[in-house]
Amino acid sequence: MAGQEQQQPQSRDTEVDEDVPAAPPAPADAQASAATQGVDDLLDEIDGVLESNAEEFVRAFVQKGGQ
Amino acid sequence: MTAGVPGRPADTAGGLPVGGAMRVMGSETEYGIHAPSAPGANATMMSARVIQAYAQVTRQRAAGGAETRWDYTDEEPLHDARGWTLERSSADPEQLTDQPPVLDAEAIALAYGRQELEADGEDEAGTLLMNMVLGNGARLYVDHAHPEYSSPEVTNPRAAVTWDAAGDLVALAAVRRLAADPELPPVNLYKNNTDNKSVSYGSHENYLMPRSVPFGEIVRGLTPFFVTRQIICGAGRVGLGQDSSRPGYQISQRADFFETEVGLETTIRRPIINTRDEPHATADKYRRLHVIIGDANLSQASNFLKFGTTAMVLSLIEAGLAPRIEVHEPVAALQTVSHDTSLTAMLRLSDGRRITALDLQWIYFEAASKHAQDTGVADAVDGDGHTHEVLERWSGTLSELGGDRAAAASSVEWLAKLSLLEGYRQRDGLEWDNARLGLVDLQWADIRPEKGLYYRLLARDRMQRIVDDAAIGRAVTEPPSDTRAYFRGRCVSRFGADLAGASWDSVIFDLPGRGRLQRVPTREPLRGTEALTGGLFARHREAGTFLAELLGLSPGS
Repeated sequence: MAGQEQQQPQSRDTEVDEDVPAAPPAPADAQASAATQGVDDLLDEIDGVLESNAEEFVRAFVQKGGQ
Repeated sequence: MTAGVPGRPADTAGGLPVGGAMRVMGSETEYGIHAPSAPGANATMMSARVIQAYAQVTRQRAAGGAETRWDYTDEEPLHDARGWTLERSSADPEQLTDQPPVLDAEAIALAYGRQELEADGEDEAGTLLMNMVLGNGARLYVDHAHPEYSSPEVTNPRAAVTWDAAGDLVALAAVRRLAADPELPPVNLYKNNTDNKSVSYGSHENYLMPRSVPFGEIVRGLTPFFVTRQIICGAGRVGLGQDSSRPGYQISQRADFFETEVGLETTIRRPIINTRDEPHATADKYRRLHVIIGDANLSQASNFLKFGTTAMVLSLIEAGLAPRIEVHEPVAALQTVSHDTSLTAMLRLSDGRRITALDLQWIYFEAASKHAQDTGVADAVDGDGHTHEVLERWSGTLSELGGDRAAAASSVEWLAKLSLLEGYRQRDGLEWDNARLGLVDLQWADIRPEKGLYYRLLARDRMQRIVDDAAIGRAVTEPPSDTRAYFRGRCVSRFGADLAGASWDSVIFDLPGRGRLQRVPTREPLRGTEALTGGLFARHREAGTFLAELLGLSPGS
């Protein structure tokens, strides 16, 4: 049993209304400034998207060989 | 006589503007595959289910079936290493129907041993499709134990990004289909290159080159570039070492899996320069350079630079103008660069100089820029329409990496991922060996937009778009117009029911009433284009008359 996931805030409602995006590209400088903002907001959203048992999930991702 | 025979030799060295970023190229993506609810499932079997699921999707979408089987006859014998591809058989077309594009029990046993087959306990394998040719000209198949999408041939980096991203939508459609099937476990696909447990799987690039360029020149010109290219297009990785046993973050998914400088292998002792030589085209004219060192990119800007800068460096090499630089111990240098997110590590050159990866990229940029200007392809208005943008983005990215790294995080994939990971580290006080950071790394590459963290950043416009979503959506079903992929894809979409198979350099028709298969060779990558064959497709709705005009036969002969 992993001990990490209890610190994971639940905010699943933030992802529901954001379906596949169709927004036009913003200018590069606007994107750059946006990149420095809203980090907490972003992390809150991603908390709600991450698989629930990190340790177990990562451990179970085992691949066969490839090129 | 029609101008549309795709197999006819081209008159010039390709017909594309030379000196810049245009050339025939394509991508291959092996997806990581995982069924969380079925942890012991056979990976080859699951991969075959992915192909099967997409076959069901295309049957739904296109009357007549927008898919056909892969023709192995032009695969080189090397491919038999996996044990289940066909011997080449070019003489008798009738034999082509015998190809086994299905996963059978013997194939699994050859790949993984009897025990695994028996442990899996499945008996469905004999019916699973292993290979498809898609209406967009791509190939979708099972390679080793991964589903692989090989893009159609394109002529420029923007199109490479478009048709590579279309592959992610193909994979997504298969994932959705499997998720909707109550009888099968849901399958996740990841566009990454390692499981962080010593296994790596590839994302390859292919570039067409004249065979006249000496291979030694390619090795000399490309090696320093490949050692450092990762700083502009690495996808980032949590963990150091093949098994990720040392905590930390590095620039490249792949760097730790490379062990030698030049070689034929792609699965063991991986080389910086791969010597596999299957041109899939007229062999005395062309070489297909098979690049195995790149990371799979979700970031469109990184993917664009990966293809665009490499194509430009190849143009330098072809002109004999590659920088005369030799990196001391390139494999070690590759890993040094990957492990140095500060971009300050000094690389030793054979002439004794010490320079950073950024310095080395600037040297290549300056040489590529000068050559492109000298040949005229770099002009913003009168150039080839692609090289100017590659140069702008290349120099812009190098400038940002040397200064405003926050700005580079909207385009450079390893920095975008790193900024997300640093957010978690700061907010939650996580060390690099914390499993949540490993999960962020893995889930970054989940191809489902609602789960994939790259896609969450894209939705917030924190990642730049090079190609709009509509163009990528079209590329799922539409082939590029300016290569032989147009002919292949259109044949599949239009005449799928009349095809016995297809490959990179042939399309094989099986027409009722004709005694034998009709094989249409497509050995020239820049023929079979819309310009050359669009009229033919417009004139014929029926495969018999289409083929008759194409091959100069009288109908019914």
